[in-house]
Amino acid sequence: MGELATEKHVQYILSVEKRKDSFESVVMEHLRMNGAYWGLTALYLLGKLDTVDVDEVVSWLMSCLHESGGFGGNVGHDPHILYTLSAVQVLALFDKLDVIDVDKVTNYPFRVLSMFSYIAICCLSILHRLDKIDVEKAVKYILSCKNMDGGFGCTPGGESHAGQIFCCVGALAITGSLDLVDKDLLGWWLCERQVKSGGLNGRPEKLPDVCYSWWVLSSLTMIDRVHWISKEKLIKFILDCQDTENGGISDRPDDAVDVFHTFFGVAGLSLLEYPGLKPIDPAYALPVDVINRIFFTK
Amino acid sequence: MDYFRAVYVADERSPRALALTAEALQFNSGNYTVWHFRRLILESLKIDLHSELGFVERMAAGNSKNYQMWHHRRWVAEKLGPEARNIELDFTKKILSIDAKHYHAWSHRQWVLQALGGWENELNYCTELLEVDIFNNSAWNQRYFVITRSPFLGGLKAMRESEVLYTIEAIEGYPENESSWRYLRGLYKGETASWVNDPQVSSVCLKILRTKTNYVFALSTILDLICSGYQPMEDIRDAIVALKTTDMDKQNNDDDEIGDQQNLNIARSICSILEQVDPIRINYWIWRKSRLLPST
Repeated sequence: MGELATEKHVQYILSVEKRKDSFESVVMEHLRMNGAYWGLTALYLLGKLDTVDVDEVVSWLMSCLHESGGFGGNVGHDPHILYTLSAVQVLALFDKLDVIDVDKVTNYPFRVLSMFSYIAICCLSILHRLDKIDVEKAVKYILSCKNMDGGFGCTPGGESHAGQIFCCVGALAITGSLDLVDKDLLGWWLCERQVKSGGLNGRPEKLPDVCYSWWVLSSLTMIDRVHWISKEKLIKFILDCQDTENGGISDRPDDAVDVFHTFFGVAGLSLLEYPGLKPIDPAYALPVDVINRIFFTK
Repeated sequence: MDYFRAVYVADERSPRALALTAEALQFNSGNYTVWHFRRLILESLKIDLHSELGFVERMAAGNSKNYQMWHHRRWVAEKLGPEARNIELDFTKKILSIDAKHYHAWSHRQWVLQALGGWENELNYCTELLEVDIFNNSAWNQRYFVITRSPFLGGLKAMRESEVLYTIEAIEGYPENESSWRYLRGLYKGETASWVNDPQVSSVCLKILRTKTNYVFALSTILDLICSGYQPMEDIRDAIVALKTTDMDKQNNDDDEIGDQQNLNIARSICSILEQVDPIRINYWIWRKSRLLPST
């Protein structure tokens, strides 16, 4: 089995952050905030966050902050709850949460919808303001998205999908409501996602994709069922998706790499306790050190 | 993009600005700021929303997988109300004819059915899609959505008999199909006793076991049944024993044993077989075995 090309991946992530004129960065312009979170969290897990200029990132990030308290995906873009979460996560990585006015950011309207409720719950929890929303109502809505196969869809009756399952299980984990999940049934559905190549898919009969190494694996970790899949085979699948020459990880072997899959590949390996990687928290999708700092030192 | 920024900053709600949003979206359909501004212009200029549906359809031809476009589509359909029903059902059908598992299209379609109606033909539509691809989990999910939520079908209980027949036929054709097995279980949601006692369930399992191929889901169903109180008949026990390989502990299945002990041994045998034929999930099957209690 190959090894994780740590140094190459670090170089790849740094080069993407800098390459502002490339086609990818033009198309991704509106979600640069997500890109920053993916890239920087991956760097943290790889133990290389110190290669980044903190002040530069923080000052760019703050220029995306709006009067309403929400963050835009880039300078000059409208605020959105998704980018607000990414911004808060990036600030948490750098231990710079004190640069924002928490009360103002948490006054940004957080909508209750299955995917959005994870975003809201995660963001508010990091900022110690879960009391700003009706948690009970959010939990009730999430449970209404539960299907007979044990999984969750994005709306009541929507097909079970690993990405949605992560959002729902993550939100339930953060709010201490995991006892409301049928862990054995959901765990079986999730471990059925592993296909012969070792990779995980997001729904039955779909192709495996490295990003599900995060969505499926983090969910299995939260419900204590991660040992139900073959760790060795999944590690091999992720390593097979590396570009060992130029760095980066792709969705499937031999496809083009991107920051999104690079993050999910590294994060998946972290959950699989791959040597040399810092551990990641499955619910907050942030390094465990960062979560400990947020909840146990303040 | 710079022209767009200029009209956006000036909040210019004009036909020219509307045209600029279209141009900006053709360049990048994921830019939610542009979509949002486009809605403000559509409202201010009181544009005929039917033409807007055409615009979204042309956008979808390029990239149909972004949340903004679907959010916009729903906004337009909501404004048009029931008159948009058939247009929306046709629109999603068109997208599903290209990608039958398109998550956004299914979500939109479920919303249309619930908000605007049009349930009458939906079960047939599911059947059509499953005829094309019986492994299509999205179509199975939609089928479940229809039989449990359609106001015309009388609910799960009323639909059970015909749906069980339909599903069993699907399972017999492709017993390796996870979706059809889960659907079958779902037909007895909240009524485990009916599931355990329905001879159709155990007999489809038996039929698959006897073919000695693609029997993982048949075996796991028998295991679940036993864990819910089912007592396997002799023919099922024989079919399971016939699947055991020589290196498995044969003495587990002693026909002299009766009742609980016999069920326990059969359940253990099932787990042993599954550990061997589904090795990627070996830990799951080992765990299932460890959970078997003498009272099972």
